Amino acid sequence: MNASDNAPLLVVEGVTKRFPGVTALDKVSLSVSKGEVLALIGENGAGKSTLMKILAGVQRPDEGAIRVDGRDVSLDSVQSAQASGIALIHQELNLSGNLSVAANMFLGREPLRFGLIDTHKIQQEAALLLERVGLDVSPETIVDALSIGQQQLVEIARALSVDARVLIMDEPTSSLSQHETERLMEVVKDLRSRGVSIIYISHRLGEVKELADRVTVFRDGKNAGDLQRDEINHDRMVRLMVGRDISQFYARTPHQPGDIALEVQGLRSSSHPACELNFRVRAHEIVGIAGLVGAGRTELLEVLFGVEEAASGTVSIGGREVALRSPLDAIQAGVALVPENRKQQGIILEMSVRTNIGLAGLRQHRKKAGFLNQGQEARDVATMIERLRIKTPDEHQVTQYLSGGNQQKVVLGKWLAIEPKVLLLDEPTRGIDVGAKQEIYRLMDELAKKGVAILFVSSEMEEILGMSDRTLVMHEGRITGELLRDQLSEEAVMQLATGRLEAVAS
Amino acid sequence: MKKNLGILGILLVVFVATAIGNSNFLTAYNMFNLLERASLYGIIGIGVAFVIITGGIDLSIGSLIGLVATLLPFLVLDLSLPLAVGLIAIFALSLCVGLTHGVLITRLKLQPFVVTLCGLMIYRGIARWVVSDKTMGYGNEVFSGLKVLVGNMSQLPGMSGVSWAKHVPVAFLILLVLGVISSVFLNKTIYGRYLLALGRNEQAARFSGINTSLMIVLAYVICSLISGFGGLLFALDYGSIQPDSFGNFYELYAIAAAVLGGCSLRGGEGSIVGIILGAALMRLLMNSISMLGIDDQLEPAVIGIVILLGVIVDELVKRFAARRRAIKQAREVGA
Repeated sequence: MNASDNAPLLVVEGVTKRFPGVTALDKVSLSVSKGEVLALIGENGAGKSTLMKILAGVQRPDEGAIRVDGRDVSLDSVQSAQASGIALIHQELNLSGNLSVAANMFLGREPLRFGLIDTHKIQQEAALLLERVGLDVSPETIVDALSIGQQQLVEIARALSVDARVLIMDEPTSSLSQHETERLMEVVKDLRSRGVSIIYISHRLGEVKELADRVTVFRDGKNAGDLQRDEINHDRMVRLMVGRDISQFYARTPHQPGDIALEVQGLRSSSHPACELNFRVRAHEIVGIAGLVGAGRTELLEVLFGVEEAASGTVSIGGREVALRSPLDAIQAGVALVPENRKQQGIILEMSVRTNIGLAGLRQHRKKAGFLNQGQEARDVATMIERLRIKTPDEHQVTQYLSGGNQQKVVLGKWLAIEPKVLLLDEPTRGIDVGAKQEIYRLMDELAKKGVAILFVSSEMEEILGMSDRTLVMHEGRITGELLRDQLSEEAVMQLATGRLEAVAS
Repeated sequence: MKKNLGILGILLVVFVATAIGNSNFLTAYNMFNLLERASLYGIIGIGVAFVIITGGIDLSIGSLIGLVATLLPFLVLDLSLPLAVGLIAIFALSLCVGLTHGVLITRLKLQPFVVTLCGLMIYRGIARWVVSDKTMGYGNEVFSGLKVLVGNMSQLPGMSGVSWAKHVPVAFLILLVLGVISSVFLNKTIYGRYLLALGRNEQAARFSGINTSLMIVLAYVICSLISGFGGLLFALDYGSIQPDSFGNFYELYAIAAAVLGGCSLRGGEGSIVGIILGAALMRLLMNSISMLGIDDQLEPAVIGIVILLGVIVDELVKRFAARRRAIKQAREVGA
């Protein structure tokens, strides 16, 4: 049982990877033995994904060694990684939804018969592998017809079909339901007992605690520490991940809630028309929305921002009922949204910092006949760059050359320039480094102080626990509970988020 | 601007080469004709630029030109309507065409390529059917007042005494005025900024509070109105109209001019000066081919090759610049 006594199967030693403007990995090391589950944890931007890409042969390290079975290997392509027995299961699934399960599992290495694909053989082998991961569907099923959880299992089956000895799972449960998560954990335990090594990357510390034989923590692209099986607990993991006292990291100052800024009554979104939503957010308040991916959180923000029309119900801003048919309606009512998908919805990558920050405020910079007041625009943008400490050579820099954190500040700058009453943030710190994260938290606090009502969606438990005055937890489209700051804990949130317990929303 | 220098360079090279190759090239007559035709192509190029900037395309321009050119004499001569009514009718028609394209694209989310491809066939069919493929002419004196638009500038009020005016086509003046207005609209007004922003990333623009649907409809309306106007000018210039072919391929010439002038078909960029230069190059090439005694049949091939070369060079320059930037950044990090 105790696998850590064995010689390590995969060893990563002193790996460094630099990108223009950032050192993503700085001499990191880790090892995993046969039949061991190693959990790799760390905040967004800690370098986990970069290392995984290197192990999967997608990217090459600048320095360092990777050894499998004690032999140096050079993983310069996905094929060579597979040949070394390493398979990566991506956070975003890599399946072709229009093809069958079996076709996906053998994509790119189809067995041939008379020059044609040997469909019979593919289906037979696929069926065996599906049985191994406990997925009870026909190999002929079209992938689009499967749930996300089932697709995840198809990915695992595919990895097993190439005889993977090390399976890297990148946030495998981020979009799974409670039931699917439990199913996946069983599969992982089963694989371990068959001698497969697993590197399990997750933000869900509860899962890590349940599964991991050992934990390796990354912070800012460096090794931050290791925890043995008996050392794994929530506080230790968080301390290693964040690297400082959490209360300092999440800069919250207490504010007295003001008038009701946002009131939602009987709201039904078209994605979850059966669920009625009721809640309020007051000025000076920061309200977090927790829940699993697919719980309807993003859809809720999109309704509040007029992207999707509500099926029914009312939304009032500052006590006035408003009709939200487009983002323009929402903006004019004083609502702003920092969307989850920054590069597609938040900024225009190919345009300058100035154009992006100025975009929402153009209407205010209009002179007669629609002419743009460029002097005013330039002044406002300069103020914003300074206030948000956006790191850019100048205002004409094209935003795609900024780091994720600075891009996010550009999105924030665009909204702060028009002084919203209600600020909606969807995963505000996804994919940005720790420093920028802290600045965004500081900014949220500062805005709340000034009287902005903030409603933010986050899948990062620490962020929810650290930032919210109040937390709404959603599960399958409903608000299953509301937690005040003193009731807030990871367990309480997870129970509500997975629908195991339903508090009465007040 | 740098990009425009490249095309300006090609333009000059072709110009000088043709001037050396054939002494008739520089005659006042040829120059006037060249400038006039280049101006007409430039005008419809500006029209399609508005659509291309939104990331769309308009394939129906040539057919709309054919329809407008056929309808005006039909209304005025065959149906004996007053000229003013005819003019209002063709502009109202152009406006409706643009509006229909825009609404189908934004409301029903149809693809611009499909919508305007159908337009290409529909407008051509209508033009041929209305007059039963009869050749239409602009020889009647009803149109003599309009002919000023395709004459030289000395015919304009107060210009008769100016010595250079008779060497400059009125169409060139129209192109300049339209170019300045369009340039100011695109670069100095918030609506121009909206168009550029939504062309790059419609979702982000909509999420920034821009009424992107309205702006896209506006772009198609502007394009069709300018095409209709261009159709009138082309018709007056040619004088005789075959409903089944008049305006054929003009949309492709306009699109080519826009691409040569630096519009990306992905949307979000475009300079009016570039488009005018692009149109001039297209027209110059056509002229040079006949002047230099190259087989007429080769004309489309030559134009195609020049455009392809232009796009290839542009792409290579872009890659080179991107690599240099990456190297520079890496060096800054190392330091």
